[in-house]
Amino acid sequence: MALTNIANLFGRSPIKPIKEHMATAHEASADLVPFFEALIAGDLAQAEKIQQRISSAENRADDIKRDLRLHLPDSLFMPVSRSDLLELLHAQDKVANTAQDIAGLAIGRKMEIPAKLQNLMSTFVESAVATSAQALRAINELDELLESGFAGREMDIAKRMTEELDDQERKSDKFEVEIRAALFEIEQDLPPVNVIFLYRVIELIGELADCAHGVGNRLQLLLAR
Amino acid sequence: MEIISQYGHILLILACVFGFFMAWGVGANDVANAMGTSVGSRALTIKQAILIAMIFEFAGAYLAGGEVTATIRKGIIDSEIFSDQPELLVYGMLSALLAAGTWLLIASILGWPVSTTHSIVGAIVGFSAVGISVDAVAWGKVGSIVASWVVSPVLAGTISFLLFRSVQRLILNTEDPFTNAKRYIPFYMFAVGWMIAMVTLTKGLKHVFKDANIQLSFIQDAGIAAIAGLLVMALGIMMLKRIKRDPSREKLNRFYSVERVFAILMVFTACAMAFAHGSNDVANAVGPLAAVVNTVQMGTVTAKATMPSWILLLGGAGIVVGLATYGFKVMATIGRKITELTPSRGFAAELGAAATVVLASGTGLPISTTHTLVGAVLGVGLARGIGALNLRMITTIAASWVVTLPAGAGLAILFFFFFKGVFG
Repeated sequence: MALTNIANLFGRSPIKPIKEHMATAHEASADLVPFFEALIAGDLAQAEKIQQRISSAENRADDIKRDLRLHLPDSLFMPVSRSDLLELLHAQDKVANTAQDIAGLAIGRKMEIPAKLQNLMSTFVESAVATSAQALRAINELDELLESGFAGREMDIAKRMTEELDDQERKSDKFEVEIRAALFEIEQDLPPVNVIFLYRVIELIGELADCAHGVGNRLQLLLAR
Repeated sequence: MEIISQYGHILLILACVFGFFMAWGVGANDVANAMGTSVGSRALTIKQAILIAMIFEFAGAYLAGGEVTATIRKGIIDSEIFSDQPELLVYGMLSALLAAGTWLLIASILGWPVSTTHSIVGAIVGFSAVGISVDAVAWGKVGSIVASWVVSPVLAGTISFLLFRSVQRLILNTEDPFTNAKRYIPFYMFAVGWMIAMVTLTKGLKHVFKDANIQLSFIQDAGIAAIAGLLVMALGIMMLKRIKRDPSREKLNRFYSVERVFAILMVFTACAMAFAHGSNDVANAVGPLAAVVNTVQMGTVTAKATMPSWILLLGGAGIVVGLATYGFKVMATIGRKITELTPSRGFAAELGAAATVVLASGTGLPISTTHTLVGAVLGVGLARGIGALNLRMITTIAASWVVTLPAGAGLAILFFFFFKGVFG
């Protein structure tokens, strides 16, 4: 019996898929740490394997994104604005895309990390990945935010998390400046094309941190209403 | 007159069969909606929900179903018009039952939105306006019934909104939600117990008291109801004592243990919901039946006729059978589909809806329990409590008003002239 079935009143909550999407996006970005370890060790085969893993995580994130968009019709009444939610999804998606770009570019160029940059590069990548990890932690608060009806203490907790995300991103910016300066010191001794692409990869890693930071910004906007 | 004495038994049996069929339909479909929220939020298993529904639907029908039954039986039509031709009222009520039952069956096969309440009211208005005369319908009363269909979801939504806001303020948005949940939830339980006791005292047991020459003032009623509320509260506190914090689950969701406390509260609101539903919806089945029984037994149409309690029992039994034979399946489907509703929201929605329905039952207004519950859930949604609500449901409700009333009326007119042809 279909009748006026009360179950039809309930739409699929977007909170769970949005959390899943961020988790998958972070999965892609987190793999950059072992990816650069492999590059530094000169193990291209291993790096390629990880690059494929990143690519597949990015694909899965795309699937979740598409599915969520399809399930957000106008007739859905949600505790958060629909457009804010879609913007948040877009910001999260950029994290996965950037991670894929970084790995793709590095593999495509069979990139070698100069010995003098290796330590700095590891710290820089780790700090960018930490930014995306913090974004994931903030997004995971959405459950509790929904439970509390987007008010009170939970709002403060979420706001604090996005503030921590700000700090993390600033830290990552600092490392970016350092590694660029270090690369400038030695660029004379390296093949120019390699140098160009090293700059490019550094820039992309910085962008990854920016994207993760953007997730926090979008979350703040979503909560501000 | 002769027709009734000649065919009295056949008409009586027909009325019982049709009435039971309607009650079965209410039990098979509507109860599932009323209880589905409890099952969906995992506060009750299906077995527990069915057990609660059986007991409290029956209690609600028997103890507080009288007022709405009276409305359906004699409030919608002007019975004086029938005093010369009592058989017309019998045909009419029979056709109303058959029309509403048939329409429910057709609509459920086609998957169209319907409400039992709307079908039966449409059918009664239909046969009396077209079959007898336009004046036979008490339009003023019909107007207030139709208005109550709009008011009831809005009222339920408002109550649920306020309930959920109070929960946010007192429990969810505090330093220690778990302790506060244990502290404040007993008061909601008290409200549930008080409400049901109050309706039972003022409406259900009115005639019992009259027989025993007991007269209670409103204050006395309220006092006795308060004692009942305290008893419910004590029972609730005992059940709450058994809920312990589960730190490992709280790591995943800080509100896990709090929701378990709300799940206990939801057992109580589920009882209230079943009671409210029984008190309002049983009338759809037994109201016309009571009219037929009265007319056949008395031989005339009397406005002051008493309501034999076996009729309410028959209606209650029909609901329980409907629930046991088909309703549990619908309930399982609904429970599976509603996964986003946690007990803290489910309780607010159920209590808001139950309070509205019980209020309507006390006033004798037949309303749609499902629509009221939809309004209540939307109220919680407005308090930003639910992940996603499908607003198309509102269109569905409007469609059910537009479609069901004429359909019920049309079928009733058809059956009315059929019965008139066969017996008259």
